[in-house]
Amino acid sequence: MSGSINQLRTPLSKVRGLGSAKEGTDHFWRQRLTAIANVPLILFFLWTVISLNGASHADVVARLSSPIVAIVMLMVIIVGIVHMKLGMQTIIEDYVHSNRTKIVLLILNIFFAFTMGLGACFAILKLAFGG
Amino acid sequence: MVELTLPKNSRVTDGKTWTKVEAAAPAREYKIYRWSPDDEGNPKVDTYYVNTDDCGPMVLDALIWIKNNVDPTLTFRRSCREGICGSCAMNIDGTNTLACTKGMDEVEGTIKIYPLPHMPVVKDLVADLTNFYAQHRSIEPWLKTTTPKPEKEWPQSHFDREKLDGLYECILCACCSTSCPSYWWNGDRYLGPAVLLQAYRWLIDSRDEATGDRLDDLEDPFRLYRCHTIMNCTQACPKGLNPAKAIAEIKKMMVERRV
Repeated sequence: MSGSINQLRTPLSKVRGLGSAKEGTDHFWRQRLTAIANVPLILFFLWTVISLNGASHADVVARLSSPIVAIVMLMVIIVGIVHMKLGMQTIIEDYVHSNRTKIVLLILNIFFAFTMGLGACFAILKLAFGG
Repeated sequence: MVELTLPKNSRVTDGKTWTKVEAAAPAREYKIYRWSPDDEGNPKVDTYYVNTDDCGPMVLDALIWIKNNVDPTLTFRRSCREGICGSCAMNIDGTNTLACTKGMDEVEGTIKIYPLPHMPVVKDLVADLTNFYAQHRSIEPWLKTTTPKPEKEWPQSHFDREKLDGLYECILCACCSTSCPSYWWNGDRYLGPAVLLQAYRWLIDSRDEATGDRLDDLEDPFRLYRCHTIMNCTQACPKGLNPAKAIAEIKKMMVERRV
């Protein structure tokens, strides 16, 4: 819609545009769900990082070899990345109005989130299984 | 991209300073945005002095006084002068409000007046609200029923009627919508707080039979979900209403119908 200025179209036609996308609630719900989950997860993450301050590689491997620690760390990554992806999508939709740039950025946002998420998960799994 | 600076032809420059009508009278300084489509050039801010002995207490009284005594070309909308028509919505001392219910004594020092922000200007303090009214029309702000009309009226309990309090009082002055950054950036697709408050007024009406259809039409990343609870709307509303809460209630209905 944005960018197509047609003075002959009625104001109501412009407002109705292409109609309702009939979505957005899923995004809204997931953003809040991940925000709630992030409260304990980020605290756990901070505690883990601080307690491993100055530790050797072997200490880190020993800590992450615990299934509970490894699984919660994976949750930190997955929940954090999903939250980041949703938030960045909102920012792009808010501020970028050229349709072409917007679509390119939305695609890059998804690719970036997947790459970072999978990379971080791989790193945790590698350490968890002996480094 | 979002516009962080005004386009070149919208940058405001210093305008004319109008001399006091009576030099000895107590005067209040006003700086008022001026732009006319008939004149070439950028908008200007003119300075006026209002004789407070000869003028009512409200900012609208001062505008009318200026128009009658100093500068008849000063253009603004006004009608009821008691906060019920919404015509004189403008930006006074940095906040969108109604000139007729804003007392001069509520502002310290010079009183600065601009048209409603981020809207096309028709002339001086008159903003073009065509898109805003079309958005209001788009939510179909009337009772929709399929059940055959009863002989007398659609009954409603006192309990259900009370749910409309805080909603029906909206006068569509556009103070809230034009104070909302999300509406500034995406006003072509985001419906804005005033229209969403009106939409909620019909969603919560116990007599209406189109609630689901109304929610379908609103469920959209832009129409509804551009609201990020910035709360400027609630702070600006000259009627003391809470559009941010109405929008939150719509989002709750959206979640409620899927869990």
